[in-house]
Amino acid sequence: MVPTRPNAARARLLGEAGAVDQAGIEERVAKFATRSIKRASKVWGLRLAVSMTDLTTLEGKDTPGKIDSLCAKALRPHDHPGVPPVAAVCVYPAMVARARRRVGGTPVKVASVATAFPSGQTHLRTRLAEVRGAVADGADEIDMVINRGAFLSGEYARVQDEISAVSQARGAAALKVILEVSELETYDNIRMASLLAMRVLRAGDFIKTSTGKTPLNATLSNTQVMIEAIRDFHAETGVAIGMKPAGGIRTAKQALHFLVAVKETLGDAWLTGRRYRFGASSLLNDLLRQLERERTGAYQAPYSFSEASESY
Amino acid sequence: MPSKRQPARGRAGLIFGDLWEFDPAPETADPRLKPRYDLFIGGKFVRPRSGKYFASINPANERKLADIALAGPADVDAAYAAAARAFGPWSALHGRERGKYLFRIARLLQDRAREFAVAETMDGGKPIRESRDFDVPMAAAHFFYHAGWADKLDYVAPGRTAGPLGVVGQVIPWNFPLLMLAWKLSPALAMGNCVVLKPAETTSITALKLAEILQDAGLPPGVVNIVTGAGGTGSAVMGHPGAAKVAFTGSTEVGKLIMRQLAGTGRRMTMELGGKAANVVFEDAPIDQAVEGIVNGIFFNQGHVCCAGSRLLVQESVYDEVIASLRRRLGTLRLGDPLDKNTDVGAINSAAQLAKIRELSDLGEAEGAERWSPPCDLPERGFWFPPTIFTGVAQAHRIAREEIFGPVLSVLTFRTPAEAVEKANNTPYGLSAGVWTEKGSLILWMASRLRAGVVWANTFNRFDPASPFGGYKESGYGREGGRHGLEAYLDV
Repeated sequence: MVPTRPNAARARLLGEAGAVDQAGIEERVAKFATRSIKRASKVWGLRLAVSMTDLTTLEGKDTPGKIDSLCAKALRPHDHPGVPPVAAVCVYPAMVARARRRVGGTPVKVASVATAFPSGQTHLRTRLAEVRGAVADGADEIDMVINRGAFLSGEYARVQDEISAVSQARGAAALKVILEVSELETYDNIRMASLLAMRVLRAGDFIKTSTGKTPLNATLSNTQVMIEAIRDFHAETGVAIGMKPAGGIRTAKQALHFLVAVKETLGDAWLTGRRYRFGASSLLNDLLRQLERERTGAYQAPYSFSEASESY
Repeated sequence: MPSKRQPARGRAGLIFGDLWEFDPAPETADPRLKPRYDLFIGGKFVRPRSGKYFASINPANERKLADIALAGPADVDAAYAAAARAFGPWSALHGRERGKYLFRIARLLQDRAREFAVAETMDGGKPIRESRDFDVPMAAAHFFYHAGWADKLDYVAPGRTAGPLGVVGQVIPWNFPLLMLAWKLSPALAMGNCVVLKPAETTSITALKLAEILQDAGLPPGVVNIVTGAGGTGSAVMGHPGAAKVAFTGSTEVGKLIMRQLAGTGRRMTMELGGKAANVVFEDAPIDQAVEGIVNGIFFNQGHVCCAGSRLLVQESVYDEVIASLRRRLGTLRLGDPLDKNTDVGAINSAAQLAKIRELSDLGEAEGAERWSPPCDLPERGFWFPPTIFTGVAQAHRIAREEIFGPVLSVLTFRTPAEAVEKANNTPYGLSAGVWTEKGSLILWMASRLRAGVVWANTFNRFDPASPFGGYKESGYGREGGRHGLEAYLDV
């Protein structure tokens, strides 16, 4: 009988998940960025990306007025009728009721961050109460953060139990589990945390890269580690988990490269807003700008799109 | 919870369909081809004395690209004479000055990178992604690297006097026409030698375009002479009495002929020949990245790579998982128009090579190995072969022993590290090998036992001008690249 080593839990989880080679995964994703998406395939990809966007505002200075204008933009991103509405608006719990009034009854969902976003550093009972409150106010989707402190100190069971507890509290809402990849740091950790979370999720739930509140957010590489984990979990259990890269995706070209990775890793079944989302705010206008470029042959000034945040 | 140790049950297969099909994205840079290319002798383009030309075609559509001069013995004589005349002043030049020419060539090549990439792809059939991202930048990198060595001859062999050999005869293959030219030319020139070079007959165009760059760089006439033609011309270049040294990259078969021809002449030789590299995947390897390395190892440049990882050795415990992942990955490779920026697998270089690949693959099936290719439509015109995997291959099968030089992978299994070494070394070749494991000590253990010139760990087909490259056994001798590569062009 082999004595149990202190880090046996990590060895077990890593053994089950399998390791990720850093140089290899970065070489793989570099190929996605060399794909050249032109003409009709570009328009298709851009529209798809619009329909996958979780249009987000998560600021201390958010007001009901700001939420109203965000919801209006979400429902009708552009005057041109060919542009679909976005997937969801993503707001703090205090703004859920207001957002619900604006987009309720439309295809646009209300997503709310909860669980003491972004750090998660408060009592579990408080985090759960926050989730229940957001759902009670009408949130269709809950974006939770995992306990990174517990993960890094090797308390994997605790991380998973907490996700389970949130999953109980969210009721019928969909759950998106934020790993905060920049704090997990290594690709091995990202893969382990992905599998840890997916074990206790339902079909239709998501795993998500980051809060957008740390310097490093979604990259092609950390997103690739996560979608490969989703693919392997699906192959094994048949349960389809969605993916949401968040933060750092600002240009249409970047978004198309992320979608190429989906096409070549998870396949056609994930090329839908039900299974893939972009957590972003400034991305939307660049998508619209590129769509207008394809439609009219000329680039429009950034200020010709509503809710433009760029100075010009 | 998925466990790595169990094969995927595949109860929920993924769909890699045409929901989002990419539009054609052809590279549109003008390759600036001339309808006819003459020989480059004494700094000028001259007509062949025979007056004969042959056609160079695009293997992707079989259309003629240009007429190429056929050099006969008299032309080869003229090239050697021009080189011999140039050798005195060129070798007397200060290394610093020679370095300037090499830097100039490298920069001119970078300036015209897109044009050269398109020409290389049209002439050879390789995807534009590879000629643009690998062949042309690496060729420029070799000129840059050796430019730096030109004034440092005294440091190549410290304490000894080193000087150039004289006129060097070089014959290069068709798989990386421009890059192999750079590998051969740049160390020879940096060390003060003059060159007579013969490109492969199916891929002469970028060599002759580089001759235009040599003119633009003001390289003294005769320092580099390029003669084009088939085997007869190559034999004349290799066997010429004016050569102080010959360098050959190509098949083991032709390499042996040259060695026989030159035996007893006292002329120096370096040979970079065939390979049948083993790519060894251990059970603890990161599978997705290993699969990527396997794909890069054998399907890069349609497998027309002497160091291609054409034998996959997989530890039995992860065999099912590796094969399932490999098949899934192959399903996403895009085969087609080499000029399309999204093409991963291009055309086979020539009809003759296609026939050889077909023959060996049919033989593999006849010998009892199981053949698999992803569903893919091959274009009607041109020379095409789908990415192919053979499983259930035994050491005794010809597809496990002979170099196929095409997009064909033979998969074998092993149980222990010792068995992996034994199988990997059980080949007449020894050019390269790959090892995939998370365990650092196992990498070193394997690397010290594999009889191969290059051993890659957790990667494959990585190159750098500073890193020597060359083979064991029937893969040849002599090294190219790095300080070791310079010694082949020096009299120490």
